[in-house]
Amino acid sequence: MLRDGPRPLSFYLLAAFFGLFVLFLYGPTLTILVLSFQGPQGGLTFPMNGVSTFWFSRLWAGLGVVDIWAAFRRSFALGLVVMALSVTLAFFAGLAFRKGFFGQGVVFYTAVASLIVPSIVVSLGIGLEFRLLDDVVKALAAATGWGFLQDHGTLMGLFTSALGAHLTWTLPFGLLIMFAVFNRFNRAYEEAARDCGATGPQTLVHVVVPIILPSLVGVALFGFTLSWDELARTSQAIGGRNTLPLELQGLTTTVTTPEIYALGTVTTGVSLAVIALSFGAYLWLQRRRARSGLMPGS
Amino acid sequence: MSTTSEPALTSLPEVAAPAVPAAGLRTAERRQRRLAYLQVGPLALVFLVFFVVPLVLTLVVSFWEYNEYEIIPSFTLQNYADVFEGCLSGGDLCTTFRTYLSTLKFCLLGWAFTLVIGFTVAYFVAFHVRSSTMQTVLFLICTIPFWTSNVIRMIAWMPLLGRNGLVNDGLMSLGLIRTPIEGLLYSDFSVVLAFVHLNTVFMIVPIFNSMMRIDRSLIEAATDAGATPWQTLWNVIVPLAKPGIAIGSIFVLTLIMGDFVTVGVMGGQQIASVGKVIQVQMAYLQFPAAAANAVVLLGAVLLVIVALTRLIDLRREL
Repeated sequence: MLRDGPRPLSFYLLAAFFGLFVLFLYGPTLTILVLSFQGPQGGLTFPMNGVSTFWFSRLWAGLGVVDIWAAFRRSFALGLVVMALSVTLAFFAGLAFRKGFFGQGVVFYTAVASLIVPSIVVSLGIGLEFRLLDDVVKALAAATGWGFLQDHGTLMGLFTSALGAHLTWTLPFGLLIMFAVFNRFNRAYEEAARDCGATGPQTLVHVVVPIILPSLVGVALFGFTLSWDELARTSQAIGGRNTLPLELQGLTTTVTTPEIYALGTVTTGVSLAVIALSFGAYLWLQRRRARSGLMPGS
Repeated sequence: MSTTSEPALTSLPEVAAPAVPAAGLRTAERRQRRLAYLQVGPLALVFLVFFVVPLVLTLVVSFWEYNEYEIIPSFTLQNYADVFEGCLSGGDLCTTFRTYLSTLKFCLLGWAFTLVIGFTVAYFVAFHVRSSTMQTVLFLICTIPFWTSNVIRMIAWMPLLGRNGLVNDGLMSLGLIRTPIEGLLYSDFSVVLAFVHLNTVFMIVPIFNSMMRIDRSLIEAATDAGATPWQTLWNVIVPLAKPGIAIGSIFVLTLIMGDFVTVGVMGGQQIASVGKVIQVQMAYLQFPAAAANAVVLLGAVLLVIVALTRLIDLRREL
């Protein structure tokens, strides 16, 4: 409607509103970014007492009893695994949904439900499940006397229960993205590949994947960043070793120095780096695709 | 879904069909069918093991007994009686009702603010921004914070809202107040603020998506028929954006209903929420009690969703 002619007054009012919203969205985060460079004598609030990287070096040395860098590494590793699994599982599930199968409605609505059911309930359920599994293993150990079961601790852990908890959050997003992608996917490309004698896997690798690769990058972005920041679903579904967001939540009540801002800046930095990397890859792939004349859906 | 949405392409296999013997086609079709199960299997298995079974176990355990040391698999309704203890006696509200009432208040406030802000932002980007590149850029600006940490975005309010924070300092130096306002942080206000801050994106994305599907000629037609911009907004755009509004509402309401992190951090661990009750009971190893609370919470969430999904068909929105 408003493609030409002078801008109405409402445009400027709405633009101002949008500007305020962006300020509201980014302002606070920018505040802690600035405050993390607080001088050694500075406190948790303004004014800035000089500018230094003092709190970063304190953070580098570790935060007292909490081994923050171990948590950092754990979260990073988990994020990468969640990312890889989200992309792979969502991609193949997307292919299956395109063909159609018995029970597709059930799987689809389960995925949507997984997104909507409160995280604390999912987390509690997974925690319970693993506790009951541990009980079963212990009962088995007592009944059979098998040596390798005797010193069983818990099955709960980073790459078991926590990984599962994260996937219940990232996979629905991945699946929804794949739905959107395949709804717009032009099957003529696949038919052409098949007519040229390509086998199913060849069509996938040489035709389907290159065309939808930018969207797969999107799924990867969701997979890593949502896992990297995930807190509620992990809370009851992890053993003794916490992920970084869990440690951060604990630190909000105990740390009273700008170290926590420095940690916030570092974690946000990782997120932003991943986002920038994804967008870079996305744009690069789009351009490459445009050059090679593959512009499906347009 | 996709198979029906691309009618123009169905001619291809039909042309190819006569060349293949009927039996061979059926075998190929069966193979494709089997392949589909293999492809969706891993994802379905993840949801089964980490979502469906846990929910079933939660329901089962909510009927189990427990003591200080262990949970005992024998049937009882005691956990539910505990949840609603004192609720039927009249007089003062029981703890559970008070907690749900407090959560309901946060839900309504959070929903109202995210809806108004989210709708306005989406409307601006969808209908007032003219170049599609600019639309994408502005849309991304709104969504990027979604990919960063919620806890940090909560912590980020502290230097602003604290007793000696930027807001209080600013107001005092302007001479508007003499003593710092105490209730900015660790209060209902800061909790609602954080909910709006964190969850508006869940309104913007689906509403924007719905708005971008609105045929622009409808708006031209409304204008040609003499509708004012307000009338166009209210009688054309809002009804057509309803699916997006409903999806956004489901997200925001369920996120706030089950929340315990935001209420914990922004409420200074002082404000009750259902999620927090569950978390505390888990920490004290009272699993059946926590499970009963979780089942009640799930029931409440389902009620909200059923009410809202009457309005939309989710699959058509993708």
